Amino acid sequence: MSTILAARGVNKNFGAITAAADINAAIELDSVVGLIGANGAGKTTFINMITGYIKPDSGGIHYEGRDITALAPREITRLGILRSFQIPQLYGSLSVHENMLTALGIMLHNAGRGGFFSLSRARQNVPGHDAPAEEVAERILERFGLMEYRNRNTQVLPGGVRKLLDIALTLAARPRVLLLDEPTSGISAEEKFGIMEMVMKAMKAEGVTVIFVEHDMEVVSRFAGRVLAFYDGRIIADGRPDAVLGDPDVRRYVVGEPHGQDERAPRA
Amino acid sequence: MKRDRMLFLLGAALAAVIAGGPLLPQWALFILTIAFAQGLVALGLMLLLRAGLVSFGQALYYCIGAYTAGGLGRAFGVSDVFLQMIAGAAMAALVAFVLGFLLAKYRGIFFGLLSLALSMILYGLIVKSEALGSTDGLNVARSTLFGVRPAADWVRYAVAVAAAFAGLGAATLVHLFLKTPLGRLAPAIKDNEIRVEYMGASVRYAIHVQYVIAATLAGVGGALAATTVGHIDPEMAYWTTSGEFIFIAILAGTGSVLAPFLGALLFGAIHGLAYDLSPHTWQMSLGTALLLVIVFLPEGLWSLFVRRRTA
Repeated sequence: MSTILAARGVNKNFGAITAAADINAAIELDSVVGLIGANGAGKTTFINMITGYIKPDSGGIHYEGRDITALAPREITRLGILRSFQIPQLYGSLSVHENMLTALGIMLHNAGRGGFFSLSRARQNVPGHDAPAEEVAERILERFGLMEYRNRNTQVLPGGVRKLLDIALTLAARPRVLLLDEPTSGISAEEKFGIMEMVMKAMKAEGVTVIFVEHDMEVVSRFAGRVLAFYDGRIIADGRPDAVLGDPDVRRYVVGEPHGQDERAPRA
Repeated sequence: MKRDRMLFLLGAALAAVIAGGPLLPQWALFILTIAFAQGLVALGLMLLLRAGLVSFGQALYYCIGAYTAGGLGRAFGVSDVFLQMIAGAAMAALVAFVLGFLLAKYRGIFFGLLSLALSMILYGLIVKSEALGSTDGLNVARSTLFGVRPAADWVRYAVAVAAAFAGLGAATLVHLFLKTPLGRLAPAIKDNEIRVEYMGASVRYAIHVQYVIAATLAGVGGALAATTVGHIDPEMAYWTTSGEFIFIAILAGTGSVLAPFLGALLFGAIHGLAYDLSPHTWQMSLGTALLLVIVFLPEGLWSLFVRRRTA
């Protein structure tokens, strides 16, 4: 398998706090990677450095062999690395459908040079898709089971639906790598698996490499093909979910199991 | 494909001015032309408002447009209304392009006050400049149209028709612009800049473009006002002038590109009426009118029409 994304010797400190200490990780194409770790372990910093929001003090992020460390978030987005947010970032005054059209409109805008010259593009196929925006929007909403909320304002949507839309919007940009920041946080236990199932199925169909931050170990072991465990800005374990979740250090520092009770199964 | 009702309305408004203009008295033509001039500025403000930005300094570009038009007459003897509007627009666009790099970085109150500060700098410069007429201002030569000097009775009508072409033409272009991907981005920027950036668009670029468009419209409006009034003075850059434009923009709402012109017309009517009825308290009447609009029509004048349609 080939590497699509790699962090090489990445370091980041916020004052006295170490958010990343010599992080090295190569993410393989088409893989699903789970990031686990206690709050403050460096998971979100890792995601923020990949998406360009935070710049590492040293080391670099490489995407398809290209150093993207210095690029701005929107430039990284244009290369095909998208992200979702722990707190969904939606357009509050717009409907679900309009949110999707806006996302697709940005793809049209990015492809043209903006302004009047892109007027004729409104009815053209969205770059990366084989249909005009209206049609692509319906397709994506359908795929995420959002059609029944189509004309609802996003401010009045249930939490789970907001999360789904937040992730669905990224599909407008035809991502190659998708970073999900706690996709199931704030979602009821019954809904979690259904939502993850839907998201993972859609991403697999699109051939998207997925990296997700997750606190629920059941979700991690079910959906991740590989797990990176963070502690104190370092990766303390990296491998298959069963191996990582069974690692004594992970059980102690990440899963939060009291010392000396290693024989108990990791807390879900 | 649904026919675009707005384009029809804009065309009808233009036809109404051309056909109805000769029937109007001179003072009404004057009010109409000034409404087009101010409506152009408010149209630009509407673009910025859609993106969540309130400029307290659109008078900067109004004044630049006016002085460019006036200067063109004094320096080169150009009194053609269209040439003056084009020059005013170009100069305003140029200045906005440069200042836009600075302003596109700011939001909220900082954007508002910075734009106000810039307009007050221009005001200060003109007041201190003898060459620009200082506080007295300058007279602007009587308007001509394509090299023709209309008879004295027809100047107001000719300028009003030119204003209608400029105003409604600009409204048409803005209406089309709002359908482009870039035009559609404004409400998204107002809602959530983070998401816009993480979808790969540059918020600063989008704001910069809309800022330049808004300034260009204000430049046209200023040139139009200069040739209509026949006089320009630094008050055109003063913050109270910017305030009037915001007044009109709020009166109009962001629902339609035609609304700013109706807003400006209504503003002119309230202003004129209030002044006639009570010259010493006309500001109070204006204030009351604005209060009523904000309380009862928070979406602006245009919501009257929209509500009736959906009812």
